[in-house]
Amino acid sequence: MNQRQTSDARWVRLVERVRSDKDQAAFAELFAHFAPRVKAFLMKSGADSSLAEECAQEVMATVWHKAQLFDPERASVATWVFTIARNRRIDALRKQRRPEPEDLTWGPEHEPDQSETIALQQESELLGRALAALPENQRVLIERAYFGELSHSEIAAETGLPLGTIKSRIRLALERLRQEMQ
Amino acid sequence: MSTTITHHLTDALLMSYAAGNLPEAFSLVVATHISMCDECRARLASFEAVGGAVLEDAPECAMSEDSFAATMRLIAGMPAEARIEAAPETRGLFPKPLRDYVGGDVDAVQWRSLGGKLRQAVLPTARDASVRLLYIPAGAAMPDHGHAGMELTMVLQGAFHDEDGYYGPGDVEVANEDLKHTPVAAPGPDCICLVATDAPLKFSGLLPRIAQPFIGI
Repeated sequence: MNQRQTSDARWVRLVERVRSDKDQAAFAELFAHFAPRVKAFLMKSGADSSLAEECAQEVMATVWHKAQLFDPERASVATWVFTIARNRRIDALRKQRRPEPEDLTWGPEHEPDQSETIALQQESELLGRALAALPENQRVLIERAYFGELSHSEIAAETGLPLGTIKSRIRLALERLRQEMQ
Repeated sequence: MSTTITHHLTDALLMSYAAGNLPEAFSLVVATHISMCDECRARLASFEAVGGAVLEDAPECAMSEDSFAATMRLIAGMPAEARIEAAPETRGLFPKPLRDYVGGDVDAVQWRSLGGKLRQAVLPTARDASVRLLYIPAGAAMPDHGHAGMELTMVLQGAFHDEDGYYGPGDVEVANEDLKHTPVAAPGPDCICLVATDAPLKFSGLLPRIAQPFIGI
């Protein structure tokens, strides 16, 4: 599991290089890891191979363009990429608009806090491990929900995952953000 | 932001919204509430983190050979991302997602009378559920109604109370088949609510039932 631990922090550094240096080599590494997963995610959600390929490319292009909006104190790179892929799916497959909450962003001068970033990435890793450790049928149900196979009335929000700790950490990050905005 | 919100979104709603499975009309209520409620914003982020873990564990599906070069061409053809705006636009009554659907703040709403001083404005969304703004004068009652499906009611101004409790600005009531209620607007400022439903409301009073085909609830 140490491998996963090192990789989550590594994705954060790669996104930072894309953001600050328009670093194509860093982007290529992100692409090699995430594009095939996004494509699989979209196919599981009902897209055919060519639509999934097209959308996965668009999702990765969005990763490049919105790199400065990624906040490592509130999300892992995988979580951020998931939200971009999900929104692309709603637009391309369900053909619906997606109302989004008002953005909360740090000012342009903000540098992510290293210790907060590391702590959040560690929480994400723990969550990933907890998901992998769930009984098969429970894990499959969660995956089906996130692949868009379950309607809201079919979703059982009781995931069996320990979400309280990551929630508390994100809540504190929001409080710091609100204080800076004042 | 507000410290007075006491009625929050359910886990099921937040998880459906995180997974991207909620009808657009419900999503608008969720996005509007989260704009005002950091507690639910953090809960949503934790459900999105589950999505990140699912994506991370997803099987890989090989991209086409040319895909990286094609993506770089896509990037080159996109307009440069607008700079991050430090300050949000001037605050009005409605959070941004709602303003996007209304086409402005409360003064831009195109109200239609429901009889008396009761008014509504249906907002355009996909048809799997519907969402409307309701204007209930202080002290007035909403028609007594039950539900065939789920109904979300979020207060934007004023307050209402019903058999289940007291709801002020930012609060959301989640009602289903079991709840048959008569919301009454509290004294003070007139009550403005955002209401989403995935089934027609069933009114028990005679007059609202007659009016129902015309008002589109």
